[in-house]
Amino acid sequence: MLGSTRAEITKLVRRPASWLLLAVAVVLSLTFTYLVPYAGANGTAGGAPSAGRGIAQTLPDQLVGNSIGGFPVFAGAILLILGVLAVGGEYGWGTWKTLLAQGPSRLAVYGAKVAAVALASLAIVLALFAAGAVTSAAIAAAEGAPAHWPPAADLLAGIGAGWLMATMWAGLGVVLAVALRGVALPIGLGLVWLMAVQNLLSAIAAPLLDWVAALQRWLPGPNAGSLAASLGATPTPRGGDAGRGRARAGRDGRVPDPLRRHRRPAAEPPRHRVERM
Amino acid sequence: MFPVETRELTKRYGRLVAVDRVSLTVRPGEVYGFLGPNGAGKTTTLRMLLGLVRPSGGTVQLFGKQIGQSMDDVGALIEGPAFYPYLSGRENLRVLARYAGCPDRRVEIALDLVDLSDRGGDRYGTYSLGMKQRLGVAAALLKDPRLLILDEPTNGLDPAGVADMRRLIRRLGASGKTVLLSSHMLGEVQQICDRVGVVSGGRLVAESTVAELRGGARLRVVADPVDQAAARARALLGEDRVRIEDGALVLDAEAGKAAWINAELVGAGIDVSELGVRERELEDVFLELTNVG
Repeated sequence: MLGSTRAEITKLVRRPASWLLLAVAVVLSLTFTYLVPYAGANGTAGGAPSAGRGIAQTLPDQLVGNSIGGFPVFAGAILLILGVLAVGGEYGWGTWKTLLAQGPSRLAVYGAKVAAVALASLAIVLALFAAGAVTSAAIAAAEGAPAHWPPAADLLAGIGAGWLMATMWAGLGVVLAVALRGVALPIGLGLVWLMAVQNLLSAIAAPLLDWVAALQRWLPGPNAGSLAASLGATPTPRGGDAGRGRARAGRDGRVPDPLRRHRRPAAEPPRHRVERM
Repeated sequence: MFPVETRELTKRYGRLVAVDRVSLTVRPGEVYGFLGPNGAGKTTTLRMLLGLVRPSGGTVQLFGKQIGQSMDDVGALIEGPAFYPYLSGRENLRVLARYAGCPDRRVEIALDLVDLSDRGGDRYGTYSLGMKQRLGVAAALLKDPRLLILDEPTNGLDPAGVADMRRLIRRLGASGKTVLLSSHMLGEVQQICDRVGVVSGGRLVAESTVAELRGGARLRVVADPVDQAAARARALLGEDRVRIEDGALVLDAEAGKAAWINAELVGAGIDVSELGVRERELEDVFLELTNVG
């Protein structure tokens, strides 16, 4: 399986689409987490109440939350596409028979694919953290603000949480690609789920139906949202409805929405919430 | 211990029997042609040999071992080449070498064997069909297998590509590899195969050498009046050895009898304007066996 994993990693690394996805993830993350808030804060009239707060959100001490804030939605979508591409391409190009004819067992090949996708997910998470660190350091330097970096333990927890969410979405992509044997349909349906259905469930169905609210406990989006929020992710436009519904905790200290029906109405710090899940 | 031996190999898809109790044997060192019209079950059979399709019944042994135990001895190109278009030919083979667990140096050897060393660095997507097919053979050669299974390796190639592929297969056969080659192109099978198996409607309807399959030579006689000539020939050779094809007599008789037959016909007052030895084309046999003609 080691050889198969090396083969899968080579395929991912040599594939231009992988790098495009990484670039899109980094650009989106930087744009909506740092550049837009920073530009907004600087462009606001000096006395606007939110100006200072906007910049504070982009400083190094917010690195963990800022870096993983995209995984409940847009970065998750990119990872889902990566997972689909890693497996679905074999159907599209008819390369399953080519590689299986070389003699590896199916289980070894599937295992290798999951391992390679998990490593690629880690690489994307690390890239987002690195890009975020550079950008926030630059903002701190430009604003003359102190660069307080998060403690190493928080950083590791953040990277771990990011990796968990990234691998979960990529894994969903892998499963969809195997189930639907292709590329286009799994990506399409995966994105419909991630971008639309998930939001409809949390915004419309969950408040009306108890069982949907209960179901939310087990769905990937709300869990990713809760995890990100518990580590300090703040709502940004990238989150869409679902992001706003879920990831509010970091800013006002209240728990995210989707699971509220199954929780005491207390306003707890988000960290406790995650431990109870 | 044969490179390939199947017993009553069967594959059903629902009620459709794609492969029906095929028992074939490929001997060491030979180039074996697996012949049949499209849809006869050739590819399904080859896929079962490789463990890509699970048989509904019967057994497959490659070098005396069950499927899955002996894959190191087998290289295959099934249903046309399929590679990653964004990788170069060389990178494609490197990736496959890792799946196969064979060293990188095999990549250069395989590229060299199929004359692709010069273009190995180019993206697969830019290859011509002939080059793609050759890369497919190179992939099959990565593990330096004793048995090479090639499914329609000349499909879609232009005449130059077909000639290249034929030369390559001959060279591989000459180097001692056993080659199992499927095709519906009789010319290529006739030219490069030692033995052939003919499959039709999922059944193996014949298995022998090309020479045996073609049978003995025939005599073609153009005579006038043809009916009288046919009657005379039947009297001489027997009822079932005389046929009329395209206005000429076709006789199942060896070349040595030509002069005698000529004298007999002329003696009976029949004008003989043409008399020649005709070897049976494999195509005729093929069409007879597969009931297409």
